[in-house]
Formats: sequence, structure tokens, C-alpha cells
Amino acid sequence: MSAEPAPASWQDQVYDLLRQHNVTQFAYVPDAGHRTLIDRSLADPNVHSVALTTEEEGVALLAGADLGGARGVLLMQSSGAGNCINMLSLVKGGGFPFLTLISMRGDFGEGNPWQYPMGQATQAVLEAMGVICLRAETPEEALRTVSAALTMVFQAGNAVAVLLTQKLIGAKKF
Amino acid sequence: MATQTKAVAEAMAPAFVLDRLEAVPALIGRHEDFLFVAGLAGTSRDVAAITNDGAHTYSMAGAMGGAAMIGLGLALARPDKRVLVVTGDGELLMNIGALATIAVLNPPNLSIVCVDNGHYGETGYQKSHTSLGVDLEKIAAGSGIKRTLTIEGEAELAEGARLIREGNGTAFVLLRVKPTEPPAFKRDLNPANCRLRFRTGLLA
Repeated sequence: MSAEPAPASWQDQVYDLLRQHNVTQFAYVPDAGHRTLIDRSLADPNVHSVALTTEEEGVALLAGADLGGARGVLLMQSSGAGNCINMLSLVKGGGFPFLTLISMRGDFGEGNPWQYPMGQATQAVLEAMGVICLRAETPEEALRTVSAALTMVFQAGNAVAVLLTQKLIGAKKF
Repeated sequence: MATQTKAVAEAMAPAFVLDRLEAVPALIGRHEDFLFVAGLAGTSRDVAAITNDGAHTYSMAGAMGGAAMIGLGLALARPDKRVLVVTGDGELLMNIGALATIAVLNPPNLSIVCVDNGHYGETGYQKSHTSLGVDLEKIAAGSGIKRTLTIEGEAELAEGARLIREGNGTAFVLLRVKPTEPPAFKRDLNPANCRLRFRTGLLA
């Protein structure tokens, strides 16, 4: 008698969805909130898993992927969004498709005061640079929102950030 | 004829003797061998003059610090093509961590040429760190890029031309040049036009 397989986590479902949409470049600065996606990309022989030294490298990387006809995603923390701002000139000016999934800090139940300035400014600065922000607060919303973002980015050519809030991913204990 | 500012003449070090108007075309050779990503200012004009601002060139006039990583994304997306990033010392210094990221991936179809004039030419020829002791070839090698070369004279150009075409891992070539003006070439500055031009040329 075989055991029932555990249902896939929403993070695993998001990874599968990205792969179904031919996302082949996964760029990130290591982050606990994106651990499943990062680990899946490292274990997947059909994608490039690209660890960055700073998030703005990922913005440029994904523009290069697009020039070559490939699709990518940037996985980052809200603090990393601040590191991307001028590089988003490339996305906005060049009309590049751009998809980022952002694990929020400085948000719902955050205990580290250092995370608040950038966490609270994340949506405002991204929107100022032309990135559409979609928030997800439950596992169901996360999957639906990433699905919507994939259409908005790779079909309609937009720049979209999916904000994975701390209601969804939980607040780190301090 | 290239012009040279007074500050530049004072700053000129013995290693910075090649003229970019001759050295960059001599190093690159047959431009049809590559897809190009060109950094800001001088190098975008170097490459535009060589390729006649061709569809196989994506050159920048902003988003400083992005050239090497655009090259990485393109090289990973198109392992069947050779990608050549041509950028300046100032542009590369702005995101020097990119060399570490690239070294870890080490795509065999990517080469980086840094045209190092030791100055920020676009903003009035202020000295860059490379005029003050910073060695970008050593940083590239220290990042883990295995095939690196510094070119300071005509004798090394042929080896550089070979290195940027070989497929044994990412290559980095530091081309030291005099701080003189780049080609006076008027290229398309619209980043969206250049994206569409590039994708149409490569993917159509």
C-alpha cells in the first residue's frame, strides 16, 4: 500500500506554472521566502539558476534573455527592489517584458525595524518606474496572481511585480 | 583625428597608449561573428561605428552598470551564438559584482571587452579608479574568470582577437587605450527601437 503523495505546496505550484510558461532563467539573491523556487531551479537541468550579487544585475539579465528570445523571472526581497530602480530605466525605456516575484519585509507583523523603510516604499518606487504591482495574501491568490502576471508580462509586454505579502509568507521572528 | 583634453594629457599613464579608433576595430575583427552588447558613451560609439549600428548590436545610453549582465542573459538564451560585451571601465566598475556572477555561470559563448581609458570620458574626463591603481583584469581573474588578458600594445591584439572567439569558458579582455574621443557616430538612442531591431534580426 502506497502512501498518498503530499499535495504540492503553493510554491511548487508557482514553479510548475512558471515552467509551463517557458520561464528558463531564474535570477535571485538568496532569500528564505523564495527557497522552494530557488531550490527547484537549482535542481532543474532545463533552466539557468543565476545567483546574483545584487538584484539590479537580475533586471539587466532578464533584458538580455528577452533579446535572445528567452523568458526569465527575478526573485527578490522587498529590500532588493530598491537596488533595481535606475536599472528599471532599461525595462521602461526599452519596452522589455519584466516579471519579478517579491517576498515582502517591513510589512504585516515585521519585527525588524530596518526592514520598514524599503518594505513600505517598495510598491511606490516600483510604480514610479512603471512596474505594475499585484499583491497576494493567500496561497490561492498567489497562484492566480502569478498566472495573471505571466499573461500581463509575456503576452502583453508589461513589467509586473507580484508582492508576496507577509500575511502569505509569514513574518520572521526576532 | 581624436582630440585630447589637457587634464587627460596630464593623467595619461604609460600603459594607456593605444588609440581606441584603431585598437577596438583591430581587436574585434569580423563583427559579423558576434551579437554585441555595448555599454554607455564611448563603447557604444566604438561598436556602432564598427557595425554601422547594426541589428546585431544592443547598445545603451543609460542604465549604467547593466551591459555585462545583459550579455550574460543573452549568452544563456542563445548558446548557439557568440556574445561580445564591449563596455568601459566606468560602466563596469558601477556593477563590478557582475563579473563574479558571470564567472560562476561561465558561459562558453560570452566574452567581455573592457575598453579602459582610465577616465569618465562622457562627463569631462575625470579619472576613474583604473587610473588610480585598480586593475580590472585582476578583479576579473579574482572573480573566477579563467581566461583573461590585458592589452597595452599592438603586439597583444591578435591574442585578444583569438581569446574573444574561443569557446572554453567566458573570456575577459582589458583593452587599455588613450583617453581620447570615441568615433563621432550618430546611432539610434531609442532603447525600444533597438530592442525591436535586435529581436527582429535575431528571432524573425
